[in-house]
Amino acid sequence: MRRVRVIPVLLLSNDGMVKTTSFRDRRYLGDPINAVKIFNDREADELVILDIDATERGSIDFSLVEDIASEAFMPVAYGGGIDSVDTCGRLLSLGIEKVVVNTAAVEHPDVLQAMAQRFGSQAIMVSIDVKYSLLGRPHAAVRGGRRSTGMSPWDLAQRSETLGAGEILLTNVSREGQFSGLDISLTADVSSRVGIPVIAHGGAGCIADFVPAVVKGGASAVAAGSMFVFAGKGEGVLINYPAQSELKSHFWGKL
Amino acid sequence: MIGIVECGVGNAGSIQSLLSTLGLKSVRSSDPKVLRSASRLILPGVGNFSHVVTKMRESGLWDELDRMVMGSGVPILGICLGAQLLGLCSAEGGAQGFGWIDMTTVAFDRGRLGHGEKVPHMGWANTRCSDHPLFRGFSEYPPRFYYVHSYHFSGLSPGTIICECDHGYTFPAGVARKHIVGVQFHPEKSHSFGRQFLKNWASMEFQHR
Repeated sequence: MRRVRVIPVLLLSNDGMVKTTSFRDRRYLGDPINAVKIFNDREADELVILDIDATERGSIDFSLVEDIASEAFMPVAYGGGIDSVDTCGRLLSLGIEKVVVNTAAVEHPDVLQAMAQRFGSQAIMVSIDVKYSLLGRPHAAVRGGRRSTGMSPWDLAQRSETLGAGEILLTNVSREGQFSGLDISLTADVSSRVGIPVIAHGGAGCIADFVPAVVKGGASAVAAGSMFVFAGKGEGVLINYPAQSELKSHFWGKL
Repeated sequence: MIGIVECGVGNAGSIQSLLSTLGLKSVRSSDPKVLRSASRLILPGVGNFSHVVTKMRESGLWDELDRMVMGSGVPILGICLGAQLLGLCSAEGGAQGFGWIDMTTVAFDRGRLGHGEKVPHMGWANTRCSDHPLFRGFSEYPPRFYYVHSYHFSGLSPGTIICECDHGYTFPAGVARKHIVGVQFHPEKSHSFGRQFLKNWASMEFQHR
């Protein structure tokens, strides 16, 4: 049986942990450390923590990152506001495994390259937020999805791989928080063009949604936010993660 | 006291907090003088092989560790890059390792990887283990550990391999020679499996002669 990673994505804002829908409509969720403890107990495969206000704020909450890293007995990737090799090094020294770069990957490719050379590709995840034009053409966006780069997601993925990224977090912006399933064709279009792992993200509402992302989309891992922090669509906050037995029977057993 | 060697980048923080949940005292440092009093050493590490070797040589850490481990027989656990440093050399840059274990580090052979298997090898993997005492007491077998690496050990004699894992092909995931142990996976990020492994290591009596 192949074990494919199932990764909760937690969003931090200026006001604590939140969850968005299509990158809007923030809902306050509570204390991130408490969530990390629950994911420890549930033995989650890995965590991605994204501070969605850090780039605009121009600063990183290092002490919170350190608290999260020390609390988590699973790999942690942190993203938000990383714009230099020094910042990246400081974050990794706090005990996280990976940094997630989005805006800087596009605006400062030299920094991305220097980070990969310095810390190794395995520590560098590039997050690609994908929006669709009215004609249905996908393009990568940065600055929290607000600025289009004009690049296709696969061009940015290939460029990131060349610069040294070790992994791609691929997010369909419009599906985020919708419980409508992952974007399989987008995942396939990107994963078939790069040699590094692609994590499918945006829209997963249940375990069954993960299967096609791997089987048809070629994803190396799957990620989700809402399904791990809400009891269901439109329902209350419930930090949760499937049991190993559920993942075996409904996900890994079907690959 | 367990000394956690800080060599620039690595998960020293999570190792320390995991040890503290086991009731074990540890100190994190890159200062040879601080580490000198440790009764055991953990050498974590992520990053570039040659870069780390250069940094450790410059700080005097390299010679101190060599003296402690080879001279005084202090048990050491290398994790990921830290384990690769126990060997002779790595395909990642031209630097020499400690050479305590007769092995080299090579890049994943992409030609032998199957469809969908990528480099870095990243994620959880079932790890087949020998009857070495380090692998006692897991809640299930084979135990699963978290891996993230583009290089792996190679050229080992069978007696020194204590566990193995598959990614496209079978590679050695753990090595042990007397009081020197190295694992490719990250026990500090492997939940109850990693906790049990570190507990076993910390309580194990090693012979170094």
